Amino acid sequence: MIPIRVLVPSGVLGLGFDLEALNNGVKNNPHIISIDGGSTDSGPYSLGSGTSKYSRAAIKAEWKSLMIARKKANVPLVIGSCGTCGTNGMVDWMENITIELAEELNQNIKIAKLYCQQEKNFIKKNFQLRRIFPLTPAPMLNDQLIEEMTNIVALAGAEQIQECINTEAEIILAGRTTDTAIISALPLMKGANPGSSWHGAKVVECGALCSTNPTSGVVMVEFDKTGFTVEPMSKNAFCTSETVAAHMLYENADPYILHEPGGYMDVTYSNYYNIDKKKVRVEGAKWYPSKQYSVKLEGAKIAGYQSSLLVLLRDKNYVENVKKWTDKLSKFLKKEINERMDIDTSEYSLEFRHIGLNSTLGELEKNIRSPVEVGVLCLITSKNKISTEIAKLINPFLLHFPLSYNEELPTFAFPFSPVHSDRGCVYEFALNHILELDNPMDAFQIKISEV
Amino acid sequence: MSTLGEKVRKIRSKNAGPFWVTIDIFCGNKKIYKEVCIKLTNSAIVNLLMISEQQLKRFEIDDLNVIKFSFPRKIIQGDIFDRDMHGAQLAVLLSEMKF
Repeated sequence: MIPIRVLVPSGVLGLGFDLEALNNGVKNNPHIISIDGGSTDSGPYSLGSGTSKYSRAAIKAEWKSLMIARKKANVPLVIGSCGTCGTNGMVDWMENITIELAEELNQNIKIAKLYCQQEKNFIKKNFQLRRIFPLTPAPMLNDQLIEEMTNIVALAGAEQIQECINTEAEIILAGRTTDTAIISALPLMKGANPGSSWHGAKVVECGALCSTNPTSGVVMVEFDKTGFTVEPMSKNAFCTSETVAAHMLYENADPYILHEPGGYMDVTYSNYYNIDKKKVRVEGAKWYPSKQYSVKLEGAKIAGYQSSLLVLLRDKNYVENVKKWTDKLSKFLKKEINERMDIDTSEYSLEFRHIGLNSTLGELEKNIRSPVEVGVLCLITSKNKISTEIAKLINPFLLHFPLSYNEELPTFAFPFSPVHSDRGCVYEFALNHILELDNPMDAFQIKISEV
Repeated sequence: MSTLGEKVRKIRSKNAGPFWVTIDIFCGNKKIYKEVCIKLTNSAIVNLLMISEQQLKRFEIDDLNVIKFSFPRKIIQGDIFDRDMHGAQLAVLLSEMKF
């Protein structure tokens, strides 16, 4: 086989990359340009709401640079996990941006869209057929939980991306995909070492994070029959055997094993060595195909509607007794909410966090000292949209609630008007499961369009 | 008595998917690595983080002089009671630990 070069502009579209480094990458003749478009890294909101974490303007500006680079290199451009969460709506959103840019740049392009979103009935059917299995730890799955989810996606692997490459599309817009599959797909197709194809993909999935200069973004990885070689494209970035090996630790619960659709990779016996100042060569990863093909599922459901209030305490007595104050206030408020609004505590949650004491680590904090001031963050999450009304009921008490009965009415600091902020609908992850498939395309669809 | 943070080169923690957190202790050299491997017990970590010992995975990576701990999150990432979605502040707890 000829060595296959994959150009990775950055860890995710929207994070930015060094344009000069991108141009260097194009000059080094890549066979494909692959970039990730999403992750669950920012929490359940993106998947729950089916929206992008990054602004459309940022995505469009970066995608423009990549569409120009693709045209110059005359190779396919692949993005996985479109619009952060990789729902069908976000694949179409990305197509929309692509069409606008194709017109602006006067490019004629064939686009392949990979849809990864799952119908609730399809998931229910497979759950009944016992083809869905929990990973550790996983929420307890049942039909009701499936019904409550706003979006469910399956993570595509190399097989589905390869189907897209086979359509000879110039641009591939994939829904939710594993970070690595957009990179490993082509080398695997062309006969590169399977363990090294996945290992190399894992090393560069965060762009130049595997180098000495993470913000430069752009890296090239070359795959062959025995291993891979990785090289950052910025003048000011270098890969060392240590920066490359250390990346297997990052965001990975297990530093040796990585599960992917269709099997797992083991890097226990990998060797890393510097070819020169910039390039690192890696060999020795093994790929173990599984008997049964499966893909991972992600899903999110509505956790409730949330409102927040922030009050600042500067009075020494209140700062020193803030925990006592909020305990007393919480008890008082629950009674008021019940009496005035006829809402039981089972219908909402009320939480106080003490900013300046232990709001970051909570009960784990070991180093609690009395600060000059404390911010009290009050969070209300309700099953229906009543959280705003509860916040308004809380408002005057948060401003004036006294520690003891025989003292003058205190007044604390409200930094905002309105005092409450509606955070709207909030979500929670509801799936950590895998789905067995007879054929990798059984849960995925490809659509082709031309602009 | 110094802290673990003063002893080693770097400690970082990060979510590993929505359901796990992982902590990497980069010791810097073989001597410190060997010392930390012996002195830093699983029970110390379990007590510090209030997790059960059965849930804790420990890796000692000789080639990198790194000790790594992984465990399931008590609160799933982004749930309404989550305080630190990326779990990155847990590294501070380890860093301030007496060693």
